[in-house]
Amino acid sequence: MRRFTREAGLWLLAIPILLWTLLPIYHIFLFSISSKDSAFSGALWPDKPTLRNFGTIVREEHFYLHHFWVQIWNSLWIAVAAGALTLAIATCAAFAISRLKVRGGRTVMNLALFTYFIPAAFLAIPMYKAMGAYELLNSRWSLVLAMVTLAAPYAIWVLKQASDKLPYELDEAARMDGATPLQLFRLVYLPLMTPSLVAIGTYALLLAWNEYLYAYLLLSHEQTITLAVALGHFISADDSPWELLMATGLVYALPPAAIYYAFRRYMVGGLTAGAVKA
Amino acid sequence: MIAVPGIALPRSRFAFKSSWQTWGAIMIAPYLLVFLAFVLYPVSYGLWLARDPASYARLFADPIFARTVVNTVVFLLIAVNLKFLLALWLSGFFVHERIWIRWLSIVFLLPWAVPSIPTIFSIRFMFNPEWGVINSVIFRLTAHDGPNWLNDPRIGLGLAMLTHIWKSLPFWTLILIAGRLAIPREQYEAASVDGASAWQKFRYVSWPSLRTLYLTSTILSMIWTLGDFNSVYLLTGGGPADLTHVLATLGIRYIRLDQVDLAMATIVCAMPLVLPLMWFMMKNLSRGDRQ
Repeated sequence: MRRFTREAGLWLLAIPILLWTLLPIYHIFLFSISSKDSAFSGALWPDKPTLRNFGTIVREEHFYLHHFWVQIWNSLWIAVAAGALTLAIATCAAFAISRLKVRGGRTVMNLALFTYFIPAAFLAIPMYKAMGAYELLNSRWSLVLAMVTLAAPYAIWVLKQASDKLPYELDEAARMDGATPLQLFRLVYLPLMTPSLVAIGTYALLLAWNEYLYAYLLLSHEQTITLAVALGHFISADDSPWELLMATGLVYALPPAAIYYAFRRYMVGGLTAGAVKA
Repeated sequence: MIAVPGIALPRSRFAFKSSWQTWGAIMIAPYLLVFLAFVLYPVSYGLWLARDPASYARLFADPIFARTVVNTVVFLLIAVNLKFLLALWLSGFFVHERIWIRWLSIVFLLPWAVPSIPTIFSIRFMFNPEWGVINSVIFRLTAHDGPNWLNDPRIGLGLAMLTHIWKSLPFWTLILIAGRLAIPREQYEAASVDGASAWQKFRYVSWPSLRTLYLTSTILSMIWTLGDFNSVYLLTGGGPADLTHVLATLGIRYIRLDQVDLAMATIVCAMPLVLPLMWFMMKNLSRGDRQ
């Protein structure tokens, strides 16, 4: 009997958790398959589910969607560039600090951690001014570099943690065999670090794809903004087409969610371990 | 953690060692450049812009400012602590070994896995007083109009906090689950043998192991919450009448109004909140790193 009440208690808890988690997401889905008229009926399932909203998006047939393909391309370009650049910079830095024991490596690690602990919205303001000074505003590179700045500290930290766990004897053996640092990096370090590298690359890619604030500050031209900023424009008018906004939002949210779940094994292990060190 | 302080290398290896140092310097240089160009220079430049006492006088004279500070403190204290109590409690739920709980935990991660904009706009629409699904349901059930949700500054800020919790709860629950799974199972078994109640197991087995993680996570989450622009801006836009701003959105608001000195002054005013938290995290992490 006690066992039964315990199981029932667990099930009872599951229902509010499921509702809390899924309501806003189901709401997006519901709107995106509703026509304009039935979107506000408050029904749990539309009378005539339709994919017409997605057709409108693909053909760019609404004022807010005239540059949809350019904007999703911008999002993709920036996410991939930021992911690749973060990965390259952070891997090299972690290797130099953890394996080559470069002088001053500890200081650089502390500088990176310091950056990691600046609240993102506060760094955005001086960053915006600096990008203006570098004349990078409205260039995709400004957002790429900003995202690298935000993602690299955590990337270096996680990679350094993972790298410190590799046995030091590996380096010793490589040195004895006369390997150069680059050979050690390419032939020993990179293969052993692959799981962490996948996690970090994905982390930086998703961070850049999902970013709203920096994109909104740094990019303003219709042709250079990312899909995230374009979605923000929908809300500027009172009569914005909710069903189109939600459908576009779904298109925007699916790729990162899919990537996240595909790499979940890496993400959950690699990222939660580094996030907080008890 | 492996720490090999200064491996003693034979003298003949000196050239060898210096080549490793050279490569080390080359490989760390890109990040150092990023740091100098996009952290050090902007922050110094920003602080230089914020040097004029007159901008602080103007900032304090802005009636929004005091309200914003109160909102920020309320947001930090209530949202973060509520989130962590929930995360602590939910982590206890998710560590039960059932196949359906494993599936539920995968679904539970969704808010964290999807980008903020669509979901926050979705919440915004749900609470629209005229057409939103919440008020439609309220009207159908009670035949009365529901509250004016986002047009009421208190409810608006409350909903922004809930949105923030909705978005970041999965991540912190995951962290605490990892913390709970690291506790040896024998300790719980021993407690069961001694006839400990569920509360006693939590109080004397789980909590002592989780305490440090819980505290560190709370501090880190407070830092991130201070920088959370989306939950407030995308939900209420700081409105109605700029009454739901937090420091993060107020700074950006000044930037959009082209008042950079006020924006920077806002950040400087946030420093008494941010710096102790940053100091705590830096101390904590570098101590852990040295072990």
